[in-house]
Order: sequence, then C-alpha cells, then structure tokens
Amino acid sequence: MPRQYSFYPGCSSQKGASSSNYQRSVETMCSVLDIQLNDIPDWNCCSASIGYSGGGELPRIALSARNLALSEQAHPDQDVVATCAACWLATREANERLQHDAQIMTETNQALAEAGLSVKANKKIRHMVEVLVEDIGYAEISSKVKKPLEGIKIAGYVGCQTNRPFGIAGESFENPVYLDNLIAALGADPVKNYEKKVSCCGGALAFSEPEKSQALIKDILQAAVDNGANMLVTPCPVCQMNTEVYQDQINQTYGTNFKIPVVYYSTLMDIAFGKSAKEAALDGQIIKAKQLEDLASK
Amino acid sequence: MTATEKYRNNFLQEVIANVEEGEWVRMCMQCGVCSGSCPLGPHWEHPPQEIFMMIRANKRQEVLSSSSMWYCTSCYNCIARCPRGLPITHIMHGLAHYGRKLGVAPKELPTIKFSMLFWENLVQKGRVNELKLGLRLYFMNGFMNGIKTALKMQKIGLGMFLTKRMTPMEMLGGHGCKDAKGLQAILKKAQQIEDAKTVKQG
Repeated sequence: MPRQYSFYPGCSSQKGASSSNYQRSVETMCSVLDIQLNDIPDWNCCSASIGYSGGGELPRIALSARNLALSEQAHPDQDVVATCAACWLATREANERLQHDAQIMTETNQALAEAGLSVKANKKIRHMVEVLVEDIGYAEISSKVKKPLEGIKIAGYVGCQTNRPFGIAGESFENPVYLDNLIAALGADPVKNYEKKVSCCGGALAFSEPEKSQALIKDILQAAVDNGANMLVTPCPVCQMNTEVYQDQINQTYGTNFKIPVVYYSTLMDIAFGKSAKEAALDGQIIKAKQLEDLASK
Repeated sequence: MTATEKYRNNFLQEVIANVEEGEWVRMCMQCGVCSGSCPLGPHWEHPPQEIFMMIRANKRQEVLSSSSMWYCTSCYNCIARCPRGLPITHIMHGLAHYGRKLGVAPKELPTIKFSMLFWENLVQKGRVNELKLGLRLYFMNGFMNGIKTALKMQKIGLGMFLTKRMTPMEMLGGHGCKDAKGLQAILKKAQQIEDAKTVKQG
C-alpha cells in the first residue's frame, strides 16, 4: 500500500505555470518512494503572502478553509501535504487560527456555508519535505539511489517560508540541516555553513521591487559561488524562480558572472534515483543543470 | 459614530480592535531585533520597532500612510527572532491592509498595486493566472512603461515559455476553480462579517 496524502498542488504547479517542473519532478519522486498524492478536489488559491492588501484576515482564512473543508470531505484520514512553501504556510496558519480561535472558527464556517461547506480544521498540514524527512527517512531515500551524485557540490538554499515561522520539527531557524542531509543522502557534497541558507530572496517583492530584491538574490548566489557550489537546491517555488531567472539582469547590474543552476530537491532526487532528464523535469531549467543531465544520460 | 471618530485620540486601541493581531502591539519592548533582522530594513521609512512605538504615541496618520509595512517580504525573520513572540509579519500585513482599506496608504507604491492585482486575479477564477498577473504588473504604471518593462523582461519571458513554465494559452480562460462562484460567495460573506466587526467594535 502506498502512503497516501491529501495533496494541495497550488497555482504555480499547474500545467504551463512557473513551477510546473517542480510538480512533474515531485510526481516522479513519489512514484519511486511509493507515495500517492490525492489532489484536493477543486482546490483554490491560498492568496500566498502577498494577497493581504485586498484580503483581510477572515477572507484569507476562508480561502484556506475552503481547501481544508474539501480535503476533510474527500480524504478524511489523510494529512494535507503541499509542495509550495507559501501554500503550506498559508494553509497551516489558517488551520492554527481556526483551531485556536473559536470566533474565527464560527465566522469562517458562516462564510463557508455560502457554498454548502464546513470545516473542522482537525488535520495536520505538512510540507512535502516533512513527509520525506519524517515519514520516509534519509535511510530509505538513500537506499533508492542508483546514481550517487558524486563530486557535485550543492548549496542547500532553504529560504524563508519552509523554515519560518514553523519550519521542520527539530531544526533550528538559523541553520536547518535537513536539506544538507538530503543532499548527502543522495551522494552529493553539501556546502556546510552556507551563509545565505535561510536569507530572503525578496519573495513576491521581486516583482514589485526588482532592484531591492535582486540585491538580496545577488548575495545568495555569491555566497554559493564563493563556497564552490556547482548548483543550488531549494524546496520553494519562489526561491527557485527568483534565484534562477534574474541572474542575467543581476550580472548586468553588478558586473557579476552568475550562471549557476537552481534545482528543486525533487529533481535532484529523481536523477539520483536513476530517472531520465525528462522525468526529473530537467527540461524546466532555464539555466541548464549540465552535471545532472550528463548523469541522467549515463 | 464611526471607528475613526471614536478612536481619534487613541490609535493603540483602534489597532487592537481593528488590525489583525493588533493586540500584540502592547507587548513590544523596543529591543529592535525585528528591525535588525529585516531583509529590506534599510528601505523602511520606519522599521517595525518604530512603528510599534509610533502606534503607542498616537501617530495615526504617520503610521497608516507610511510606505514602511509595504516593504515586508513575508520572510518571518522578525517573528522567529522576537524575544516576546510578537507575530510581527502579520501585524505589518494587518496595518498595511487597514491603511489601504481606509484609503490612507500611499497609492503609487508598486507593492500595493501588485498586491491588489494579485488579490483581484485570484478572486476572479479562484486560482492565480500567472500570465495575466504578469502582464497587468508590467502595465500597472501606464502603457509606455509597460512596453519598456515587457522589453526588459523579454528574455526571462522567453526562458519561461521555452521551459513550459509559462503558456500563452492562459490568456484564453486558463486555469480556475470549477466552483469559482461558490468561492466568491464565501469571500463576500467573509468580507461582510469582517466589515461588520470593524464597525461594531469601532
């Protein structure tokens, strides 16, 4: 029997969207690890972190509550799992406020009743990396490795929202090591003490305040390069996009010479598991991960 | 009596009543760890620590019309590090939202515009349409600026398109919830409840 989860894919994971490559690589990873993701039927956007201008507290909680209500209906015994950091964070925050605030719970259910729904908020809301670390474990992941990522040095860029305010149980906010452990479990060489591991890339402000955000991104890339990293790996769609797609613009602004691939942990795992470049969604890299492509074709 | 009239001389009470997580403002001990931990801290007119003191000093107009809170990247560093456990990120979002709702937030800030575009975009079909959001973002400062931004972003757009991480098909309808109407009804009701609370407590 596969492990089953009630899955919240999120807007950017959809076909033709900015992290559709993440989604494809996660599907491959799950097939190897015998994980079954059951989509929450007709899920909606969580409003991420940037929707707060238009959406106040209750409307934003109502968005996540609708997803929880649909998940409770369709998959009553399954934890909710998200792959996107913002999806996970917004859903978990909403879940906690519903649990801890009786008034919010009552008001949210009044709103949900407009669509014939109600929420109990009695589930665990988890990020996919929690499933990997806590339910599967590094040993099991290691045992699936067919092509160890030997000689590849990788900066584990954890970023913000997979790490704060909840993070992964047992990890510190300032220096979480789960991504390093995962990199090591795949046979690659993690950059120890990567200075920018939990630094902010600007998040959604990369769109509205590009210069200010790109100054942050530059430092994240520079620290990786200074430590001899061949690539970055990240668990967050916004981190991935921000650190990958603006490298040319940053080079123009700062006279730097960045061309460093940024991959998802799931892509990294797929390659180590012996899957093809396509199954690992390496074709989704704007900056090609040549070392991983070579390994995939071996 | 409106909220504004009742609280004219007591902005802290107004924040406690009407701003998300506002009751926590009383707990700030002015250590400044939040301000020192903020990735865009140098760009804040008044960093969070100052905002908290200004609320207590009744600087209503200065706080709600400040650009400061709109530089929050939602990195949660301040929350993780605050020795008193204040949910600072949420308070900043709450203040920003409240200022925008009252119409006193600075209208021309790119992040306010983007944040509003994001919300309107998701409400329309229940899911974000990244292509339409991106295009509206480019053109939010007028047509000529939009063309300039689009040209600047051309290479990135092409990269996203070639890797199938962006599709022109999203212009024609695109992704969405089947029950977008139900979702909109939920949001409308939630908004009504929240508005009623604001007035009632005010």
